[in-house]
Amino acid sequence: MSAGAGIPAPSALARRSILAVVGVLFAIPLVAMVEFTLRRGLEGGYDLSRWITVLTGDLGPAYRPLGQAIGNSLALAAVTVLVVLVLLVPTMVLVQLRLPRLRRALEFVCLLPISIPAIVLVVGLAPVYSVVARLFGSGVWTLAFAYGIIVLPFAYRAVQSNLEALDLATLTEAARSLGASWPVVIVRVLLPNLRRGLLAAGFISIAVVLGEFTIASLLNRQNLQTALVVVSKDDPYIAVVLALLALLLAFVLLLAIGRVGRGRTRKES
Amino acid sequence: MSSSTVVTPAVEPRSAAAPRGSTRPVPSRRARGGTAAWGVAPFAVYVALFLVLPTVIALATGFVDEDGAPTLDTVAALGDPFVLRGFGTSIALSAVTAVIGALLGALVSYAIVSARPEGMLRSVIDAASGVLAQFGGVMLAFAFIATIGIQGGVTVLLRDLAGIDIFADGVWLYESPGLILPYIYFQVPLMIIVFLPALESLKPQWAEANATLGGTTATFWWRIGIPVLWPSFLGSLLLLFANAFSSYATAAALTSQGQSIVPLQIRAALTSETLLGRENLAGALALGMVVVMVIVMTLYALLQRRADRWRR
Repeated sequence: MSAGAGIPAPSALARRSILAVVGVLFAIPLVAMVEFTLRRGLEGGYDLSRWITVLTGDLGPAYRPLGQAIGNSLALAAVTVLVVLVLLVPTMVLVQLRLPRLRRALEFVCLLPISIPAIVLVVGLAPVYSVVARLFGSGVWTLAFAYGIIVLPFAYRAVQSNLEALDLATLTEAARSLGASWPVVIVRVLLPNLRRGLLAAGFISIAVVLGEFTIASLLNRQNLQTALVVVSKDDPYIAVVLALLALLLAFVLLLAIGRVGRGRTRKES
Repeated sequence: MSSSTVVTPAVEPRSAAAPRGSTRPVPSRRARGGTAAWGVAPFAVYVALFLVLPTVIALATGFVDEDGAPTLDTVAALGDPFVLRGFGTSIALSAVTAVIGALLGALVSYAIVSARPEGMLRSVIDAASGVLAQFGGVMLAFAFIATIGIQGGVTVLLRDLAGIDIFADGVWLYESPGLILPYIYFQVPLMIIVFLPALESLKPQWAEANATLGGTTATFWWRIGIPVLWPSFLGSLLLLFANAFSSYATAAALTSQGQSIVPLQIRAALTSETLLGRENLAGALALGMVVVMVIVMTLYALLQRRADRWRR
């Protein structure tokens, strides 16, 4: 079902104008970052030296923790998405289908993390993590438990908008009365209908984790953002090059996941 | 991809109890309500351990004495002019950037709602929104220092080409007004992410009904689109407000004084090693933030109830 197909569309001119204006406004800071990285010192002019330094990996031992930090962030993103898919999404479907009386409570809980700033949460997380470290070790992936909480409001809204646009009860009852087993209902009926919500939830979760700084830095774990701060103190130009590359990486990653997710579901449905 | 394999086992337990091909789905659904409730348990335990417990610990250490009663110090600290100014700045900054972000984001959502869902345009905007919505503190600060910093690209261009000195009245980038542009930079993409699904949930049948009854595009939006969407719009707006209100990494990286908005005041109180008893102030500020958030959440809940009216 291609949602939005029947809604009166803006004219091509209006659409292009909106996208062009907003696109240019959003491109300016990115272009300025690129310009900044190309600047030569006091003598003026531009060159590519910093990009060459970074891209040839000629950064020296001072930057070695950065690779580790990038790996940490990617692992954290994967575990966080897993937490959302295993704990949040099934609970939301269950509540929508079977436990409508819990809907308000679930919504309240999922939106609660918005009202608790990360710095406040981290004070309470410190003692919790001393127990977590004893149970699971102090591996950086355990931070994903906390990240699963901070992505809750965003993941919830993404999935819930999609759920509310569906008549889930009718869909599942129709499938069940036609003889589909529950696993078939979930894979063939629920997932294809929920794919936009699940993709959006995945997008935002990955982006949150790649951009997260507060909790990692205050709990003394290494991730991409904490490593960038360390680098920026040493050489702001190199830090901006790395920030641009990180952005590009996150963008390509999300783009690839979006394309793969859509390509598959189109074939299935 | 992994979603199918991951979700299935977690929901499967209730399938074991479900009679195959049940012809009376409604009564059987009620009968199994008790079993279904257990399915909520893993999520409930997770939330209790990583959300409720840390919050209780954090708030208790800051502004509740050993008996669990609020201390007078906490109440007094919230009335401090410095603290009140912080709250004023935070609320104004959040409100301004939420409104601008929501309007721009809704406009972009409207522009792309009719684009093919699997098209390149949608893919690019989805991915860009995901990245930029969380274009976290450090990188965002880098970007805006490079853009409108004292030697930033735009600053220099405006000065050399147009003779405009954007910092003629002082360098505002590192003060609270300087936070508006960076905040909008993450508010607009967040709006696209949260509002686009609501826009897409407008049923094509409503547009058909409108057309059948002789309505125009303007009638559709005025009589159907806007009335149905406004609770979702305001809900998203509140989410943006909350997002800006509790955001602190950007501000921490950009502002020199670091005390203008509440989250920075909390951090200053937490990390202060020169003054004793400031943990109490951090707790008081946290309480104040939670109070503001409770108000926002209450409004949000009311709006959701209203939005639901159109979905049944």
